Amino acid sequence: MSSLTLAARNSSTMLRRNLLHARRYPSLTLNLLLTPIMLLLLFVYVFGDTMSAGMGGGADRSAYIAYLVPGLLLMTIGSTTVGTAVSVSNDMTEGIVARFGTMPIHRGSVLAGHVVGSVLQSVASVVLVGAVAAAIRFRSTDATALEWLAAFGLLALFATALTWVAVGMGLVSPNAEAAGNNALPLIFLPLISSTFVPIDAMPGWFQPVAEYQPFTPAVETLRGLLLGTEIGANGWLAPAWCLALCALGYFWSRSVFDGGRK
Amino acid sequence: MPSSVMPTSSHGDGAQPSPTAPVPSSSPSPSPSAAPAVSAVGLRKAYGDHTVLDGVDLRIPAGSVFALLGPNGAGKTTTVQILSTLVAADGGQAQVAGHDLATAGRQVRAAIGVTGQFSAVDGLITGEENMLLMADLHLIPRREGRRVAAGLLARFGLTEAAKKPASTYSGGMKRRLDIAMTLVGGPRVIFLDEPTTGLDPRSRHNMWQIIRELVTGGVTVFLTTQYLEEADELADRVAVLNDGRIAAEGTPDELKRLVPGGHVRLRFTGPDAYRGAATALPEGARDDEALTLRVPGDGSQRALRSLLDRLDTAGVEADELTVHTPDLDDVFFALTKETAR
Repeated sequence: MSSLTLAARNSSTMLRRNLLHARRYPSLTLNLLLTPIMLLLLFVYVFGDTMSAGMGGGADRSAYIAYLVPGLLLMTIGSTTVGTAVSVSNDMTEGIVARFGTMPIHRGSVLAGHVVGSVLQSVASVVLVGAVAAAIRFRSTDATALEWLAAFGLLALFATALTWVAVGMGLVSPNAEAAGNNALPLIFLPLISSTFVPIDAMPGWFQPVAEYQPFTPAVETLRGLLLGTEIGANGWLAPAWCLALCALGYFWSRSVFDGGRK
Repeated sequence: MPSSVMPTSSHGDGAQPSPTAPVPSSSPSPSPSAAPAVSAVGLRKAYGDHTVLDGVDLRIPAGSVFALLGPNGAGKTTTVQILSTLVAADGGQAQVAGHDLATAGRQVRAAIGVTGQFSAVDGLITGEENMLLMADLHLIPRREGRRVAAGLLARFGLTEAAKKPASTYSGGMKRRLDIAMTLVGGPRVIFLDEPTTGLDPRSRHNMWQIIRELVTGGVTVFLTTQYLEEADELADRVAVLNDGRIAAEGTPDELKRLVPGGHVRLRFTGPDAYRGAATALPEGARDDEALTLRVPGDGSQRALRSLLDRLDTAGVEADELTVHTPDLDDVFFALTKETAR
C-alpha cells in the first residue's frame, strides 16, 4: 500500500473519531456558538437603533443587521476553532495519542483528522449562525451565485487558516484550560476589527490595530461579496492572510507534533 | 553480543559478599538459537543534564516474558518509549522483532503492541468503538474488524460494557480494554509498562493470568514493574534497572540469591529456649524483648536443614519459624548501596 493511501485511510479514521467526539459531546461546540449568537442578538436588538443611527444616512436597524452579519460569521469560525485548540490539547494529554505513536499508522493523520473535523464543524456552525441571522431578517442585497460561491470559499479558507493556528495553540498548551486561554485572540480579534463598527469610526491611534489583522480584510471582503460594498485591496489581502496563517499554523503544528518524537 | 550485566556495586559495609557468583551470561534461555525478540546495546538517553539511561544492554529471547524491574524514576518507562519508537535514543542501538529501531521504525511499530502505564484508551467513546478504531487503523476490513473486536471484548470480559463510554470503566476494566486494543493488530512483541500499578488485588491477579496467556501464543512480553513479586510470578528473566543502568540480570531465583536479606526468623515463648538458641546460633541477630532471632540464610532446603540440626543439637525448639526471602526492597538496597550514598 502506498504511503498516500495509508495516509488517506488513517486520516479518514481519525476524522471519524473526531466527529464522533463532537457528536457525543456537543456541549463544547454549542457553548462556543453561544458567543456569536448572543452578540448578534445583543447588537441587533439592544444596541441596534443606536448603531444604525451612528451609520448615518437614515439607516435603520435592518441596515445594521446587514452590516453586522458578515463579521459575525467570521467570528463564529474564530469561536469554533477555540474548541479545536481545547480538544487538540485534551487529546495530547490522553494516552491514546501516545498509543498512536507506537502503531504502524501515518503519523500526520492525527492532525489531519483534527483539521478536517474542525473545518467541517466551522462550516456547520456558520450555517447555524447564518440561519439565525436569516431568521432575524438578514438578507443579501444583490449577491450573484458566483459571489455566494466566493463567500463560501472565503469562509472555508478562513476556517482552515484559523484551524491550523488553533491546532498549533492546542499542541503547545499543557492542558485544556491553557489552550482555551491561548486561543482567546481568535475570539478577541474580531471584536477589534471592522465587524461591529467601521474602522473610520475608531480613534485614530487605534485604527492600525484594527486594520492590520486577519479579520478586517476578511470581513470587508465578505461584506463586499454579500452586500455589494467596496472590496478594493481586501480582495487579495484576505486570501493572503488566510494562506499565510495556514502556512504558519501548519509548519508550527508539524514542528511541535513531530518534535514530540525526540 | 552484550554480556549479562553483573551487580556493579560492591557490597562493602561489612555485609557478607554475595555468596552467589554473578549470573553467567550463558544461563539457559527458552530458545537460545532463535533470534532475540528484543536486543539492545548501550542505550543512552538524557533529558538536558539529567541522564535517564546510561548504557542499557538487553537480550530477550522470543516467546519469553521479560521483566524490567526498578523503582520510580529508574528509566523503565524511557526504555519502553525508546524500544516502542516513541522517543529516539541518544546513543546505542537496538533491534525489535528483527528490525532496527533507527532505520526501520515502521516495521518495528507493525510488530509491536504497547500498553502504557496510563491507560491509552479514548475515554470519550465506547469500548467497542475503541476496538473498532484500532481495527480501522490497522486497515482490517470492516467485517473482520467487528469479529476481532467482539472476540477480544469477550475474552477480556468486556462484552457487557462494550456499549458504554470507556471513561466510565473501572481501573481494571480500562487496563483490560487497553490490552485488548493492543492485541487487535496481532503484535509479536508486547510492551506492558507497569500493567498492574494501581489495580486492586483481584484485578492484579486477573492481569497476571492475562499476561501468562499472552505468551502461550508465542508472543514475547516485555513488562516493567516495581514489584519483585510480579516479576517472580510472570517473568522468565528479570533485569533490575537502577540509575539508568542494568544493576543485575537473571532468573527471579538467581536474582533473589544475589542479594543478602534472606533470613530465617525464629520465635520463642520461653526465655530459656531463646537464650539456648542464641548461644547455638551466634550469627543470629537478637531481639531480646520479642524473643526472636534473625538468622541469615537463603531459605534453601540445605540451609534450613543445617539450621534445624543445630537447634536439635542444642536441644532447643522454636515455637515459630518463618523463612523470609528477599523482596524488592532487599534487592534494591543491596544492588544500589553505592548510588544511594
